[in-house]
Amino acid sequence: MAEVPSFIADPVLRDHAASPLAGHLVLGEFGAVSDDGPGVVLSERFGLAIAEAAAWNGVEAKLRAAIKTATGLALKTAPGTGTMKKGASAFNIAPGRWLVSGGTDDLVAALDAAAGENGTVTDLSHGRTVIRIDGPKSRRVLSKLFAIDFADAAMAKGDGFATVHHDIFAQIQRVGDDAFDVYVFRSFALSFWHLLCRSAEEVGYRVD
Amino acid sequence: MLLIHCPYCEETLPEAEFAYAGEAHIDRPADPSALSDEEWRDYLFIRSNVKGPHFERWRHVHGCARFFNAVRDTVSDKFMTTYKAGDPRPDLTAEEAAQ
Repeated sequence: MAEVPSFIADPVLRDHAASPLAGHLVLGEFGAVSDDGPGVVLSERFGLAIAEAAAWNGVEAKLRAAIKTATGLALKTAPGTGTMKKGASAFNIAPGRWLVSGGTDDLVAALDAAAGENGTVTDLSHGRTVIRIDGPKSRRVLSKLFAIDFADAAMAKGDGFATVHHDIFAQIQRVGDDAFDVYVFRSFALSFWHLLCRSAEEVGYRVD
Repeated sequence: MLLIHCPYCEETLPEAEFAYAGEAHIDRPADPSALSDEEWRDYLFIRSNVKGPHFERWRHVHGCARFFNAVRDTVSDKFMTTYKAGDPRPDLTAEEAAQ
């Protein structure tokens, strides 16, 4: 019997790959930037290795251990919790499922090897665009788009969840005091980028 | 906008993330070919259409994608409780007393 093909794609070749935001992501300051500076800073985290790791029933703990082996990230059990370390991050998006990203280019292959028979690892590196929104007004801008509680008390650093803005599915992780990473499907990224920029005009935004 | 508590995410989240999926606690017959046409029709199409607390399935389609069960009052549209798929019908005495 032929070996089952793996779900691991070739790593993103940053020198050759094009961002879906190319030509639309223009660096600079826009909107109502006040004397205190822009309310938010937007940037694309391009070329990240991204994977979804899903545990089979009953072996969630083993898959969490596999994620730790591959990335060094120690995950908690509670829904929606996550963590970050040295550029790698992971957060829980559903029972037994984690979105893992960053780290080295061989992240997905390493995860797949570590997961073994405890679950599946699906390479999403080519399928998601990650937009970072940082700055003192990031919660205000995100709250215009998502009916989600972004308050400190509701969402610790590292925590994340899956949600939706109309038909645009989004996975959001809090990655800093005011910083959030939004993962959207690549084909929706440009639309979401325009929406985010227009939503940020009132507070002023800088694109890095 | 309604806020719905997902028993898997353990969070109360906006209705836009959820999809309604019909009445809950309807078991598929173990041996469909043994049923009469009337029994099969009842299984497929006949629903309770209650006025008041209604046991129904919902899916957190834009979140964790899990199916779960809810009790919603069809008069007030208020969610009385939600619980994981496979759990037994909850006792509603406490919820009814609170309303």
